[in-house]
Amino acid sequence: MSNTDFVLAIEDLTVSFDGFKAVDGLNMYIDHNELHVVIGPNGAGKTTVLDLICGKTKSSSGSIKFKNRELTKMPEHQIVRAGVGRKFQTPSIYENLTVYQNLEVSYPAGRSVWGSLTFKRTDEVIERVNKIAAEVLLTDLLQTEAALLSHGQKQWLEIGMLLMQDPELLMLDEPVAGMSAKERDQTADLLKRICQNRSMLVIEHDMEFVKQIAHKVTVLHQGKILAAGTMDKIQANEKVIEVYLGH
Amino acid sequence: MKALSEKLLGGKQGAIALAILAMVLFVIFPLWLDSFRLSMLGKYVTYAFVSVSLVLLWGNGGILSLGQGIFFGLGGYCMAMFLKLEASDPVSTKIQTTPGIPDFMDWNQITALPWFWEPFKSLPLTLILILLIPTLLAFIIGFAMFKRRVGGVYFSIITQAIALILSILIVGQQGYTGGVNGITDLKTLLGWDIRTETAKYVLYYVNVCLLILSIMLARYIITSKFGMLLLAMRDKEERVRFSGYDVSDYKIFVFCVAAMISAIGGAMFTLQVGFMSPSFVGIVPSIEMVICAAVGGRMSLIGAVYGTLLVNFGKTMFSETYPELWLFLMGGLFIAVVMFFPDGLAGVYDKYSKNFKLGELLAKFNKNTVKRIGDML
Ligand SMILES: Nc1ncnc2c1ncn2[C@@H]1O[C@H](COP(=O)(O)OP(=O)(O)O)[C@@H](O)[C@H]1O
Ligand SMILES: [Mg+2]
Repeated sequence: MSNTDFVLAIEDLTVSFDGFKAVDGLNMYIDHNELHVVIGPNGAGKTTVLDLICGKTKSSSGSIKFKNRELTKMPEHQIVRAGVGRKFQTPSIYENLTVYQNLEVSYPAGRSVWGSLTFKRTDEVIERVNKIAAEVLLTDLLQTEAALLSHGQKQWLEIGMLLMQDPELLMLDEPVAGMSAKERDQTADLLKRICQNRSMLVIEHDMEFVKQIAHKVTVLHQGKILAAGTMDKIQANEKVIEVYLGH
Repeated sequence: MKALSEKLLGGKQGAIALAILAMVLFVIFPLWLDSFRLSMLGKYVTYAFVSVSLVLLWGNGGILSLGQGIFFGLGGYCMAMFLKLEASDPVSTKIQTTPGIPDFMDWNQITALPWFWEPFKSLPLTLILILLIPTLLAFIIGFAMFKRRVGGVYFSIITQAIALILSILIVGQQGYTGGVNGITDLKTLLGWDIRTETAKYVLYYVNVCLLILSIMLARYIITSKFGMLLLAMRDKEERVRFSGYDVSDYKIFVFCVAAMISAIGGAMFTLQVGFMSPSFVGIVPSIEMVICAAVGGRMSLIGAVYGTLLVNFGKTMFSETYPELWLFLMGGLFIAVVMFFPDGLAGVYDKYSKNFKLGELLAKFNKNTVKRIGDML
């Protein structure tokens, strides 16, 4: 496969679990500063696509290139260090640590054993934690134990932890699941703000939310792309209406 | 400089707790206990090294090793091999078929010192090997397990199997290891008699100093970013991995440090007690050490030390009178701690010291209600 100008280029990606193809010959491209949303019914393979990109699941065949670097053979932590951040579907934060510690531990310095033993809490680190905490609306809760946050706040905290690493590609798996209407709007604003200097790949169910944020939408169905394009086009697509939107 | 001392001592609270422990071990016990009981205490202090290592490894890292006896034992055996060679000079062993080798080798018809005993003729080499051999073994085990992402219960079982294998190996290779009796009749360290009353006191103090240093090392690790990552890994390993950390490296490192701390305890055990045997290597001692740490509090370095001393005093007192009952009591103790006091003695202490303030609040509340009830009437 030749080099491209895309941040992320997925070509002919397939993974099968005991013969069942969860992702089947997928092609997908994401541009700089693009906010790309993947929608599709449950079990369509959306989460599996993120698993493949971040190295959690190994592909059966195909290629994933991030800034023209092949990711399929890289170990997980190298993929992260290359600039790919990923939020899990259920909020995955360190419950025993404070909000501050959750953010600090995600700061991308002192990542080796020795580096973490000699890591110093410099003004730069503190400043960055404060900046990100403000971004994800958690400034007042910095010293709170993360276990005590509301579900929505946990989702924001995990997004904040990823922002600490300033990834070029940020992938979010159902970031507004379980949020109140107000929290959804706040999250939409947050996502619009943070996609200024990076590309984003977001999985979401909530159509209203997708309309608010998406630059481009891909509809996944049984591991294959059903349709792709702008939100308006997708909503007018008959195949999509039939399998997904028509309920 | 200030930051470093804070990290080693663990802030003001940590420093006070450490100072009290030092006070108890350095001053109060030596004044209070006769020399027999004190050397018994010294033995328990060597077990406390293992508890400290378990607080680091298990409490903070969530990695339950049921084989810390491996490292305690290896450290102890390294020390014992040096002392045994010193006790086996050609003059004192001239009645043997082959003078100049340890007596148990002679009994087993071995006529030359095995090659792996050679380095233990030198004290500096021995001291290095005490630290190096257990750490290296931990590295190999850790590398093989953690790089393959073997964790949790599987890791515990494998460490237990290795402890069993090592103790069987030592018992089986009688000619090279002293077998089931272990390495006994240790007399002098560079000519200095370790069996005298004074020597016991000196060794006790050295022992306590090393324990405090080990606690400070563990404190440094726990309070650094490394320690925070350990807690994070214990909770959400995947999240740490997908934040750009190679989780296995961290686990290997902390396992190695825990092995090294345990080995120091083992070496001090040999010096204080005057022998080393396979009964400190296998499954039972390894599990007893976990129980000690759990009773003291697996999240508290200092608590684990008190827990170890207490459990072992209890064991000695109890098994003097009802030896058969001790194992049941120990098992019961472990279940009780796990079910009702997951943070052990340290947890109970924390709760109690907080309840104290709660008590004041309650008192105030009561006064108000009593007054209100009074008004109503
Ligand atoms: N590791 C796995 N092993 C076996 N089957 C899997 C695995 N991961 C996902 N699947 C299957 O792949 C399909 C797609 O799952 P997923 O990507 O989670 O769907 P979505 O996120 O779109 O709801 C499901 O049928 C799921 O059971
Ligand atoms: Mg999913």
